[in-house]
Amino acid sequence: MTEPQTVGEMLARKGISRRALLRYAAWVTSIMALPSSMTRAMAQGIADTKRMSVIWLSCQECTACTESLTRSYSPTIDDLIFDFISLDYHEALQAAAGHQAEEARLKAMEDNKDNYVVIVDGSIPLGNMGYSTVAGHANADVLRETAEHALAVVAVGSCATWGGLPKADPNPTGAVSVSQIVRNTPIINISGCPPIPEAMTGTLAHVLAFGQIPELDHLGRPRAFFGNSIHDRCYRRPFYDKGLFAKSFDDEGARKGWCLYELGCKGPVTYNACATLKWNGGASWPVQTGHGCLGCSEPDFWDRGSFYKPLPASTEPLATPLAAGAVAGVAAGALASRAAKTRREILGAMSKPKDAADTTDKT
Amino acid sequence: MSERIVVDPVTRIEGHLRVEVNLDETGKISDAYSSGTSVRGLELILKDRDPRDAWAFAQRICGVCTLVHGLASVRSVEDALGWEIPPNAHLIRNLMSAAQYVHDHVMHFYHLHALDWVDVVSALDADPKATSELAQSISTYSKSSPGYFADAQTRVKGLVESGQLGIFANAYWGHEGYRLPPEANLMAVAHYLEALAWQREVVRLHAIFGGKNPHPNFLVGGCASPISTDPSASTGGFDGTSVNVTTLQQVRDVIATMREFVERVYLPDTLAVASFYKDWFRRGEGVGNFMTYGDFPLDSSGDRSSWMVPAGVVTNRDLGSFQPIDLNDPEQVTENVARAWYSYSDGDDIGLHPYDGQTKFAYDGPQPPYTHLDVESNYSWLKSPRWRGQPMEVGPLARMVTWLATGNERATELATGALRQLDLPVEAIYSTMGRTAARALETQMFVEQMDGWLDALFANIAAGDLSVHNAKMWEPRTWPKLAKGVGTVEAPRGALGHWIVIRDGKIDNYQAVVPTTWNAGPRDADGGISAYEAALMDNHELAERDKPLEIIRTLHSFDPCLACAVHVAGDDDTQGLDISIK
Repeated sequence: MTEPQTVGEMLARKGISRRALLRYAAWVTSIMALPSSMTRAMAQGIADTKRMSVIWLSCQECTACTESLTRSYSPTIDDLIFDFISLDYHEALQAAAGHQAEEARLKAMEDNKDNYVVIVDGSIPLGNMGYSTVAGHANADVLRETAEHALAVVAVGSCATWGGLPKADPNPTGAVSVSQIVRNTPIINISGCPPIPEAMTGTLAHVLAFGQIPELDHLGRPRAFFGNSIHDRCYRRPFYDKGLFAKSFDDEGARKGWCLYELGCKGPVTYNACATLKWNGGASWPVQTGHGCLGCSEPDFWDRGSFYKPLPASTEPLATPLAAGAVAGVAAGALASRAAKTRREILGAMSKPKDAADTTDKT
Repeated sequence: MSERIVVDPVTRIEGHLRVEVNLDETGKISDAYSSGTSVRGLELILKDRDPRDAWAFAQRICGVCTLVHGLASVRSVEDALGWEIPPNAHLIRNLMSAAQYVHDHVMHFYHLHALDWVDVVSALDADPKATSELAQSISTYSKSSPGYFADAQTRVKGLVESGQLGIFANAYWGHEGYRLPPEANLMAVAHYLEALAWQREVVRLHAIFGGKNPHPNFLVGGCASPISTDPSASTGGFDGTSVNVTTLQQVRDVIATMREFVERVYLPDTLAVASFYKDWFRRGEGVGNFMTYGDFPLDSSGDRSSWMVPAGVVTNRDLGSFQPIDLNDPEQVTENVARAWYSYSDGDDIGLHPYDGQTKFAYDGPQPPYTHLDVESNYSWLKSPRWRGQPMEVGPLARMVTWLATGNERATELATGALRQLDLPVEAIYSTMGRTAARALETQMFVEQMDGWLDALFANIAAGDLSVHNAKMWEPRTWPKLAKGVGTVEAPRGALGHWIVIRDGKIDNYQAVVPTTWNAGPRDADGGISAYEAALMDNHELAERDKPLEIIRTLHSFDPCLACAVHVAGDDDTQGLDISIK
């Protein structure tokens, strides 16, 4: 084996031009609301780095997070695993099985000590160590061991970030989130059931390029993807403001794309990028088809009452945006200033990226 | 003296599967034990919830079979309440479900199963020009140029030479069981890469009807995808909804994209690979009993005669034994826990019908870290479903068998053609490779059906029928005090049923009995063996004990889905756990 090549060398070999890399970097900086002046730094950061070693641990999960990752349009899953990262352990995708698979994980940890990223999907059961094992080891033990010398741990999906479905009442297995297991390694939460693929790949690209984690919100989520409510960015918002609501799932209003608030939409209390990035290459997103938002990127959304129960409020004053915000528990004005603040914070925090090559230092 | 071989994790599957096998003196597998090693408890979580919400919970049973549990769940509620849904909703559900088949089967073949037969490292020795000639000899696929294969080879070569093999690291490359010439390996590797891009495009169908994939939306009483006829005019310049004449044309394009890849890449590749591994048509038979629940209705009449997939059972390989099933009959489908980590209140040796199903965690396996399970005692988080006390195989091979048993012309034509091409007798289908081939053949049947459903949807819209949801029973106050029902889906991995008991508008009991539980369950009280274990015990010899390639070949032929298989609930004993964070 020769010395590891940098991503830049890999891309050059593949015939990917510097221009294409810049284009990708521009896309990431734009969706992450970074200043455009950072595009060049991000492209250089990616080009100079060895493919980042990534170890993906699956706990109590359903594999939708992995499936979602494979739907990413930029970068695509094949670009990601061939050109940007070295996916050294991932039970659903890796060729090796059994003890050879476990050896691959241990080798990646040893070869890339303090420099690899751990991605986790699924919650971790603490009710009995026998509730979830891989290779005879409890999920909790494997996660602790693997996270100890990681650059960062990325919890993907609402099970890994908050405990998710297994933790829903009455939490039969004593399921907990990654943050209740991992103590001394930075954690990035990318929630959603599953998360938007580009939220996962964009965050990875950021970590790869700058060697540090992006700006996070109070729940540990990248602000770039979780800084706005669904409701704030919803294309149906004008109908809400006019007081035009679908009253059932197939009435005239439903067919005209009127607001789904009265059918239980949780968009006003849900922070995610579905309304802007949309899903599956922009084909659609849940509200656009005509079903209310389930609120799947928020903690304990499974236990917040029926998906079809309107958010608690009288619908009478809903015609005005101000009242709407009050109903959702966050004033519309505050939301606007929150969004503005988010952007300022990102600009402030991101204006001095660390040396991209310096990936040993934990943020 | 027997030797124990353990494979854990079994990779390239969904979820957490472990197998332990005993080898006899000659190196043959004499005993096999399949274990699901992770449990979540979803059915208990569903108790007391609004039945209209259940689909979202149930769908998270699995994100690979995304959609099938959501569909089974809404159908269970509709069955319980006698809730009819509009014809358009059946058509949309059929389109979504068939798209799931096509997407899932192609990804299974290339990304989960192919590397059992295809040596990626060997592909580096291939001549791209000869590969192109090989590809053109088996298919008219337009991309089979030397440059196309050279690009794929360069990509893999770059990975190998980088010193970071990533997902291809530490596998069984070079194992004597790999038999394809380098050019066939390169052809498959190129299509492995292409299928990654293809799958991303074709799931757009789910996004159009369900808002996203994975985990598209469902709705009890129909579909949550109202059809907008004139989006821009009716909404004052906004989009209306994502289902309209423009996006339905995109659905048409997606179906064409699916069909081209299946006809010209997936099916020819499968038969080409199979032709190098004919001995794998002589091992890996399961239990010889097959079951399908049937699917793809066109209306709510319950008349199954028009369904694309029939419902019934075939026992002992006897196509003449085909007989119907009754999922409400307590004597037919039961779940057993004799060797699983659960207990029943009236003893572990009885079977319970899903309406009366109960589950109580009783983990008495070894505390981790452990090296071996106690396979003589309880050894899995899977229950063992039985039909009239017998183990059944479900999935693509079961569908092929029930199609043949009921005289389905297209299935017969496809199966006969493939057997003739490979010069194999009909018994060859009862095998590891038979299962893999059946999966590819039925995918062809599904891509051929989809345009017809879309045509029917267009015709209904043209005739002014836009209805996709029946709201008459939406309010729980209109429901009876007590109702029971079963929702079935003939899912890509096999017969799937969700049994629901609704009391006072809430879920009183919810039991999902899923395909991988049928196939992968542990032994029952009578020592009855499920399909995974039976298949591994059929004529398997390990060439290299440290590299049990043969084991994963046969396991992958079933397309294991363990999150589906282990979804069951605990009881009150497990509530109020005192969680200590270490």
